Amino acid sequence: MSHESSVLLIEDEPEIRRFLRNTLPHQGYRFYEAVSGGEGLAQAQARNPDVVLVDLGLPDMDGLEVIRKLREWTQMPIIVLSARGQEQVKVAALDGGADDYMTKPFGVEELLARLRTALRHAAKSQVESGDGDGFASGDLKIDLLRRHVFVGEKEVHLTPIEYKLLTTLVKHAGLVMTHRQLLKEVWGPLHVEESQYLRVYMRQLRHKLERDPARPKYLLTELGVGYRLSV
Amino acid sequence: MDSARPDPDTLLKRIKDEETRQARGKLKVFFGATAGVGKTYAMLEAAHEQRRDGIDVVIGWVETHGRAETEALVDGLPRLSPREVAYGGGTLKDFDLDAALTRHPQLILMDELAHTNAPGSRHPKRWQDVLELLQVGINVYTTVNVQHIEGLNDTVAQITGVRVGETVPDSVLEQADDVELIDLPPDDLLQRLKDGKVYMPEQARHAVKHFFRKGNLIALREMALRRTAERVDQQMEVYRRDHAVTAAWPAAETIMVCVNLKSRGPMLVRAAKRMATGLHAKWIAVYVQTSKHLRLPDAERTAGIETLRVAERMGAETVTLTGDDVSRQLLVYARSRNVTKIIVGKPLRSRWKEWIFGSVVDDLVRGSGDMDIYVITGEGGPGRPMIRPLFQRTSARRYYGYASAVVLACSALSWLMAPYFGQANLIMVYLFGVALVATRWGRGPSALASLLSVAAFDFFFIPPRFSFAVTDIQYLLTFAVMLVVALLISRLATHKSRQAEAARDREQRTAALYAMSRDLATQRGMDKLASVASRHIHDVFDCQVAVFLPDGNGRVHVHRCDALHFDLDPKEAGISQWVFDHREPAGHGTNTLPGSNSLYLPLIGSQGPVGVLGVQSSKPDVLVGPEQLHLLETFANQMALALERAKLAQETQEAHFQTETERMRNAVLSSISHDLRTPLATIIGATSGLLKETGSSDPAGQRELIRSVRDEAGRLDRLLRNLLDITRLEAGAMQLHKDWHALDEVVGSALARIELRLGSHRVTASLPPSLPLVRVDGVLIEQVLINLLENAAKYAPAQTPIEVSANVKDGAIVVEVADRGPGIPAGEEGKIFDKFYRLHPQREGGVGLGLTICRGIVEAHGGRIWADVRPGGGSIFRFTLVLEKEQPAILPERAEATPVV
Repeated sequence: MSHESSVLLIEDEPEIRRFLRNTLPHQGYRFYEAVSGGEGLAQAQARNPDVVLVDLGLPDMDGLEVIRKLREWTQMPIIVLSARGQEQVKVAALDGGADDYMTKPFGVEELLARLRTALRHAAKSQVESGDGDGFASGDLKIDLLRRHVFVGEKEVHLTPIEYKLLTTLVKHAGLVMTHRQLLKEVWGPLHVEESQYLRVYMRQLRHKLERDPARPKYLLTELGVGYRLSV
Repeated sequence: MDSARPDPDTLLKRIKDEETRQARGKLKVFFGATAGVGKTYAMLEAAHEQRRDGIDVVIGWVETHGRAETEALVDGLPRLSPREVAYGGGTLKDFDLDAALTRHPQLILMDELAHTNAPGSRHPKRWQDVLELLQVGINVYTTVNVQHIEGLNDTVAQITGVRVGETVPDSVLEQADDVELIDLPPDDLLQRLKDGKVYMPEQARHAVKHFFRKGNLIALREMALRRTAERVDQQMEVYRRDHAVTAAWPAAETIMVCVNLKSRGPMLVRAAKRMATGLHAKWIAVYVQTSKHLRLPDAERTAGIETLRVAERMGAETVTLTGDDVSRQLLVYARSRNVTKIIVGKPLRSRWKEWIFGSVVDDLVRGSGDMDIYVITGEGGPGRPMIRPLFQRTSARRYYGYASAVVLACSALSWLMAPYFGQANLIMVYLFGVALVATRWGRGPSALASLLSVAAFDFFFIPPRFSFAVTDIQYLLTFAVMLVVALLISRLATHKSRQAEAARDREQRTAALYAMSRDLATQRGMDKLASVASRHIHDVFDCQVAVFLPDGNGRVHVHRCDALHFDLDPKEAGISQWVFDHREPAGHGTNTLPGSNSLYLPLIGSQGPVGVLGVQSSKPDVLVGPEQLHLLETFANQMALALERAKLAQETQEAHFQTETERMRNAVLSSISHDLRTPLATIIGATSGLLKETGSSDPAGQRELIRSVRDEAGRLDRLLRNLLDITRLEAGAMQLHKDWHALDEVVGSALARIELRLGSHRVTASLPPSLPLVRVDGVLIEQVLINLLENAAKYAPAQTPIEVSANVKDGAIVVEVADRGPGIPAGEEGKIFDKFYRLHPQREGGVGLGLTICRGIVEAHGGRIWADVRPGGGSIFRFTLVLEKEQPAILPERAEATPVV
């Protein structure tokens, strides 16, 4: 990265704040923190950070509300922090405009990976270079211009819907996409509740793209939330 | 005789008596010969003395009759305000029992022990109020005149010619701790009367004057004196017995009085009481119920029950026997109880009747052996209180029609036979008809048939025919004999059929009782028992039933039996509690709240009361008839025993459950303290080491420490997650967010999440691509898989394979996780799913919740989870997931499987 990216953490737990305060600056990030939703929104306006980390359980304001207010004026990436077992809340946050989520407790590697992904997406959408010309991860190569999909050297034939599903994931590669978002983009807004389509087509895709469909490398499942294309 | 120490049982009983007496309040009776001797005055004076000693004295009720000296004494004492009862337009003032119980003084004054309470009071009589006060430990002072003592009532009536309606059972006087005789010589009393110092109502002045004759007063005074002397005598006896004074002590006498349904019953009972008191004997009042009694009008039967009640109030034990041979029943029972004296009433039957039908008294005398029989005359009065109609309506009117028809048929048959058979045979035909009527339709119709037969025989077959005239005088004898024989036949036949009926009745009751016992034996739990018993009682007695069961605090509450509608009068809300506390029946036909239309019986088990049975009938009098009441009590006893059994079983179970919970709690505590502390110890140790060695030259060692902190923290995280999951499962807070899922996806997610913890195990997943979608909560099913895989990885040796597979079987998806570990020991397959159960507690590992959580989740999905031994070594965990009947609709994509170039 050319310049030092900045991260704003909105979190009421002092220990989590301390953890990030002691980690992120060493990894080349400028770090700002806020202990409440209100302060977080103010800081976001003042600092205009590159990424915002929002805890969903804030004392003064619902985390979802913070996301909604941020999305009123900015497209800066938002990563949600939440506890396990709150899949419904996560989905609501993602559908409400968050870009990704992390489940507490999390490690530094995972945090850094998520930050990198989020920043990359933000950069890409700023440049607005369309879909780019391709995607590659491990053996999987996708030529978006010619619409070719390769696993290793072998070309794989996909149905139009399979292809559309794959490219939708590619567009958000590394970020989680909720069922709703995928269904809306691939099948249209009338089908957002019909998750069975996703299950069936994901299975087909995995059988075509993955070496061991039961232990996928590319098309990862986030149970109860959605899917993520690993990068 | 120095060996004549009191025997231990007697001594124990005495101590026990003493104890009950101490817990009870003390009763002091101011006893006088007549009104006007100054009882109330003496009582008030004594009360003042107590008050000076610091005793909390309250006047419950005092009649001063406006006398100034008495009024003056009343003024100095606190007085309970009376209860006002609306009655017939006006209001009556009466003693307020509940207020007294609430006020709970140390001593309460209750004038006029024999007073009858205002209608609607809890007890009909004041002496019953007094007993209740004593029972809660309140001391009572009261006054009573000699003519109000039940046992002396007859004698007083004989002497003075005035019968007093308000009486007090002798037992109340006997219970008194202290009886003070207020004595005034007759001349002084008469003087006081002349001076107008004795209260008497204006309208009764004449009668009272008649009563206060010198002769009467002397006699009454003598009775009062004697009664008091007898009491002193008794006290002396008790003293001697307690202190083992050897004395000529008569062998224990037992007196049995035979009560019949005549109005003389109370007379007999009083006589027995007098004799029993004189002999210091135990006495029993016995009533023999014969099949004949079943046919008597209710009013007459009630008289018999009333007599038994009178006896009970006087301190007798009362018994009802059943059987038609009265004297035999009496003798058998008397022998079984070692009765020494039997008291019976003098028969009022005419001699010829006795001659024909025998007499109970004669039979008794003949069979009594060494028992003495006392035959007591009744007072003049009517021999029978009720004149029975000649033809009782015990047989319906149409039966008389049938009887006539039978006679007509006999006549027709005889008419056909007449040319060929003699007249003697024709008589047989008629007698046969009479016997038939008697067995079928009872006494009345058969008597009619007897008369009609003789008439018809005369009319049709005795010359001159078709006329009642008789030419030959000897036919008159024929008619007489025929009539007598016919009547005898009818009597015997009806008697037999009645006996059969009585037997049938008994049998029905036994059967009903047996049916209930059998049903009760198969039921478990208080609620079910109460319901079953109330249903049976409802069926047998045709009444509404309510069962009241106590809660933990000894308060009884009505048990809900939805089918039966017991109309619980709010005014009687407290009655069930009263019955439960006092262990005495109340309501209709009893001494407590007799005005109620319900009857409440205490359910008393072997260890105390277990509840209250309330019954309500549209015909409450039938319910308290002697047979019905007896049967009802038997039912209540059965029910009480069953309830008690259930209660004991419940208590045992609760005790067991409690130890089980205790054991569980200990296991949890040890698990938590061990399993949470171990990782914490590592984390604290490692981090403190790191802090100390900052800048140390051994970066590899530091990394090692840091890694172990991270691993241990992960372990803590998993532990907490398990604890949270189980808590949510148990609290029922685990919500299922069901959605369509592909199982391979769930398995894949689970494998990805525990990748690190699988170590060197090779995991293979074989899920056919054709596997249908399942509607489950994916996150929870993933948790099941994670727990199973973790277990497999934990127990199976390193490098061994773990296999996950799934297939459709019998309409469900069966998922399997198989390992090559040590397997599950036989007999433990079920237990491993129990909470906090661990195969090897000493080995490090989880808290024993993983499989419990699995079971909870799978069962919440309607599936089943179990473990099997795997052929060739290891174990297989299997769980099923319900397969929806219909897979979700998926529209096929337009076939064109190539991306557009």
